[in-house]
Amino acid sequence: MSNKWNLIVDVDECINCYNCALAVQDEYAEMEHPGYTAPMPKHGHRWINILRAERGKFPIVDVSFVPTMCNHCDDAPCVEAAENNAVHKRSDGIVVIDPKAAKGQKHLVDACPYGAIWWNEIEEVPQHWNFDAHLLDEGWKEPRCVNVCPTGALKSVKVSDLEMSQIVKDEELETLKPELETQPRIYYKSLKSLTKVLIAGTLEKVSNGRTECAADIHVSLSQSGSPVAESVTDEFGEFKFDGIDRNSGAYQLNLMCNDISQKIVDVDVKNESLVLELDI
Amino acid sequence: MFNTNANRPDVLWRRVYLHTFLYFIYLTLVALKFLSKDFANRIAEKNVTAQIVIRSVGIGREFTFYDGRLSSKRGVNDNVDVTLEFSDCFVAARLLTPPINYQHQIDAQKNFQLKLLGPDELTYHFTQIMIATRRIGWRFGTKLANGVTRYTTNTNGGPLFVHVKNEEIIRVTPIDFDSSDASSWTINARGKFFTPPRKATVSPHALAWKSLVYSPDRILTPLKRVDFDPNGDRNCHNRGESGYVPISWDEALDIVAGEMKRLKREAGPGAIAYSHGSHHTFGNIGYQLSAFRRFSNAIGMTEVHPNPDSWEGWYWGAMHHFGHSMRCGAPENYGTAEDCLEHCEMIVFWSSDPEATNGIYGGFEGTIRRKWLKELDMDFVHINPHYCETAAYLGGKWIAPKPTTSPALGLAIAHTWISDSTYDSDYVNEKTVGFDKWKNYILGEEDGIAKTPEWAAEESGVPEKDILALARKWAAKKTYLAAGGGNGHGGACRNATGTQWARISVCLMAMQGLGKPGINFGFMQWGAPVNLRFYFPGYAEGGIAGDLEHTALSVHLYQRMPQLPAVNTVTQKIPKLSLPEAILEGEAEGHPWNAKTIEGQFTRFKYPAPGFVPVQMLYKYGGSIIGTASDTNRYVKMYRSDKLSFVVNQSIWMEGETKFADIILPACTSMERWDISEWAGTHGYTQDSQSQLNHRVIALQHKCIEPLGQSKSDYDIFVEIMKRMGMSSYFSEGMSDLDWVKRMFDGSDLPDYISWKKFLKKGYFVVPAEDEKLRPPVSFRWFSEGKKKNIPEAQPLPGDYTDEFLSGLQTQTGKFEFEASSLKRYDANDPERPPIAKYNRAWELDEEDYASKYPLQLLTPHPRYSFHTQADGKDSFINDIDDHRVEINGHFYWVLRMNTEDALERGIQRHDIVKVFNDLGAVLCAADPTERLPRDVVHGYESSARYDPIGEPGNSVDRGGCLNLLTSKRPQIKKSHSLASSSAIVQVELWDDKEEIETDASAAMERAAAENRVMEGSHE
Repeated sequence: MSNKWNLIVDVDECINCYNCALAVQDEYAEMEHPGYTAPMPKHGHRWINILRAERGKFPIVDVSFVPTMCNHCDDAPCVEAAENNAVHKRSDGIVVIDPKAAKGQKHLVDACPYGAIWWNEIEEVPQHWNFDAHLLDEGWKEPRCVNVCPTGALKSVKVSDLEMSQIVKDEELETLKPELETQPRIYYKSLKSLTKVLIAGTLEKVSNGRTECAADIHVSLSQSGSPVAESVTDEFGEFKFDGIDRNSGAYQLNLMCNDISQKIVDVDVKNESLVLELDI
Repeated sequence: MFNTNANRPDVLWRRVYLHTFLYFIYLTLVALKFLSKDFANRIAEKNVTAQIVIRSVGIGREFTFYDGRLSSKRGVNDNVDVTLEFSDCFVAARLLTPPINYQHQIDAQKNFQLKLLGPDELTYHFTQIMIATRRIGWRFGTKLANGVTRYTTNTNGGPLFVHVKNEEIIRVTPIDFDSSDASSWTINARGKFFTPPRKATVSPHALAWKSLVYSPDRILTPLKRVDFDPNGDRNCHNRGESGYVPISWDEALDIVAGEMKRLKREAGPGAIAYSHGSHHTFGNIGYQLSAFRRFSNAIGMTEVHPNPDSWEGWYWGAMHHFGHSMRCGAPENYGTAEDCLEHCEMIVFWSSDPEATNGIYGGFEGTIRRKWLKELDMDFVHINPHYCETAAYLGGKWIAPKPTTSPALGLAIAHTWISDSTYDSDYVNEKTVGFDKWKNYILGEEDGIAKTPEWAAEESGVPEKDILALARKWAAKKTYLAAGGGNGHGGACRNATGTQWARISVCLMAMQGLGKPGINFGFMQWGAPVNLRFYFPGYAEGGIAGDLEHTALSVHLYQRMPQLPAVNTVTQKIPKLSLPEAILEGEAEGHPWNAKTIEGQFTRFKYPAPGFVPVQMLYKYGGSIIGTASDTNRYVKMYRSDKLSFVVNQSIWMEGETKFADIILPACTSMERWDISEWAGTHGYTQDSQSQLNHRVIALQHKCIEPLGQSKSDYDIFVEIMKRMGMSSYFSEGMSDLDWVKRMFDGSDLPDYISWKKFLKKGYFVVPAEDEKLRPPVSFRWFSEGKKKNIPEAQPLPGDYTDEFLSGLQTQTGKFEFEASSLKRYDANDPERPPIAKYNRAWELDEEDYASKYPLQLLTPHPRYSFHTQADGKDSFINDIDDHRVEINGHFYWVLRMNTEDALERGIQRHDIVKVFNDLGAVLCAADPTERLPRDVVHGYESSARYDPIGEPGNSVDRGGCLNLLTSKRPQIKKSHSLASSSAIVQVELWDDKEEIETDASAAMERAAAENRVMEGSHE
């Protein structure tokens, strides 16, 4: 089985520096790579697009950045939608849009369920980030976005599909919109900031007539009587549960000090994270 | 008398040698003409006759260059155009024999043993022909596949490879090290091994460089304002509105040189001032502290005297408690990366966002080391009104004081430690003085107000419980304090209470035993174990400036790279922050940036200086001031006054400020000329700033492409002007920029490690990490252990030690001074800067307008994606970053962040165009509602490169994004030359573009002017 390209995005390590997106501009803006891509317009295209995910509310917020790009799907809707075989899957896993054959095929923009295909008004071609195929074919060891990423949030791996499935398992990787079954080759670590919500809060208590942060309080989270997760408040009385499904309904928080329940709080999880201010 | 008789044997053989050598020069030139097309073209440029003559013995050789042909004959002929004269054959033999010894050459010039005579136009041409003989066999860059050549460069955001194909830059990439590059260091801490990746990380603005080189805003020809006539009507009031016409270089340079001569003659000394931004494109030769300083000194110009703009609170405040004047009051920072990894338990980031500001020039090197902190069980606290990038990356507790109230928070922390007896009392007793006095103030015994958490909660908006929890956690854990964006610069030290905050920061660290294991200043941004013994000059050493007074040249580089000195004969200076007042009102006063000693800041200087005349001409370098100074409509008004009879701007791009010049001289970028520099290599006030890096990288800055259009390097522009002033030989020493690069290479430690020719090709050198045993000790450890100073910095100066040399701090007592003896001596009763650190509420919070008209506090920190104005605007790639600018209807608007509920109340949605305004002006921005700000605080970076007034410049709404139009010009304290512009009070509303905003703004401006006068009056 031949080795194929995959990209692993570690969301926890993305610092939103935009180096990856800038490398795309540097490589493609107003620069043609014959046989691979027409020039990208200097402004307006986001072949690598960084999403900002803000969860929570002052004073507990959680901010993550999720670089998104063409997913190089193995079952790519764009390949299917293209006329004249304008989009094809290479044997190394990379999906490429032929700039000549794809001319005028604006419908490909809508064919991509991830919004990763961009319409170039000047050249009249649909465009995407093609994994820097022209550079890899020249012998580059990694695409430019990986090369410029300071923290290693982006990592490219060229392995067999079998090896990749093991990596996915070991590192608990996910893909965007798995329900579409497009078989993306862009994998994510810690995608929960985009897909899940938080239940977080601050606890305070009154001690000698003074309001203080309630530290070392055990907080257990349960749903319909079944335990979900446990946490202990820190010196600032803060606790945080991550990975809660959106709109997952009613939960109970049991606040315990020295194994004695102090308070039970009912919450209802909707589409957004919850930040609670509680006293005990 | 020394016998120079021509027949003495030692004279005789030199005569024979010199005859032969001069003939050899001729043969070399002939050979070069055939071998090198460039050389043949060069000699064809001008017809010139020249001779090299050894005067005392009458030896000479004449060279004739005519229509590209070359001939030569023996003998002395004083009717030639150019004469290179040696006084005697000893000097000649010594100087002509390669390799060139610049020490000897400079000595000979100073002793009038070596002269270059002839018209400037031809002397420089002739020396360049002679020097070209040295360039035989030089090859530049590394050939890659497909006709691509890989060059190297250096930027404010890190070093780069530059790929060039067919004379065009096709891409820039970070430098990945190869197996031939030196190995990396390893830190062993807490049972783990930490070693950095084999690459040089770069900041986003570094990756925008291709778009900056090919920017449509590049100035490609010299320009003259259409309605500017140097011999007639100058129409100064139209500056900023009138267009430009291209003119020839000769016309432009004649006007500039002519104006300088006119003002010297008609007005007198001091009439010409020079002004530049605080930074420049990278490169030690072309830097503003180098070539521009040499030029301005040689002409004799009034200095627009800089303020310590990134260090304000540390320079004017913290320094008085613990010295470090030569670091502008910022702490030393050796060995802290290792100590932090091994011992630290918590880092308090206080107004500190290194992921946004990258230390200074540091790429993401510190980020890589902070990533290691996440692997260890370390706690983080972020005290910052903005949930900043670093908080987003590292997580931890977010504490959001109202802007300018951090000093109150700091006092309450000290109060808690005193009440709980949780400070290091042994350390305080042994290593410090004046604590009781500060303690009395904190406990309220001095003014009746105890600085309790409850008091600070009221002042700062931070809940009392959080202050208490923070103070207790801090006392319980070994804590590093990350104060500001650097190691003591940036952040809250630039706002109205900046001196208070920096002072209280160092006092808190002294209470907890500064220097003990795990207790120090830092956040892994500085103090990495790179080899700091390897010498390569930093830009603050002045490069070719020849300036021994105002750069660090005399410390090291002057000996390594001897050069002709350049002394500014005009001692008059203008405080930069009062430049508009100096020009418009004719008077200004300020305190100097003189960091040699603590007392350097206490003298007060006045403009105009006795015997000098008011400034009438401004030689401006680049165009950043409207985006970066404070209350910057002032500068617009200054430019539109006929009190400045002539303004020349030497600039790469047409930026906000550039369009206020009469003549614009187009400079090329650093990628179109030669230079050499070290990544983050500054020296001067940030000595050893390479400790931010994981590997020291020294880069040749190749001339990757020819200058675009008619643009020229700054250096070449100066040479051309100097030809018109008769000083080109003095200015250039006959050198091109590349020749200076070679001189700097030779003056550094590089030749011990890499040959010049290899360096020219490869383009960079990685300094090997040194043996673990040689790593510097941890900063302040010596102090905490009562030892002599043992870290590798030659500061303070020997005279500033009170006890024995290297014993104690720079303070009068040698101890940490909670009560600063320098301030007691200077002005013990100054309410703004008393000898102990106190909290005075920022004036902006006491203004009536804050309660009524302008309820929002605007934060304007250093920008993340651009380097100040560099890489902003100019159709840069950076414009496409939504967190930097947002394109709406064809305009790229600056981003203003605000709390979602503040936005909701005003009916503002994401990327609506909003007007941010106060009495000083109005700026249009794209709104970005967020939960990362508390209520009543808005956030937009400073440093817009664009100033785009919709109506009359100086009196209308700005679409460019210069938020510094709205910041106060008030200094932090009167007895300083400081800016306090990182916060302001404003209102934000949806911009209704049907409104007649110009009228509104004008009315506001008039009101502001009236109120300003009142404020100024009561202020004094």
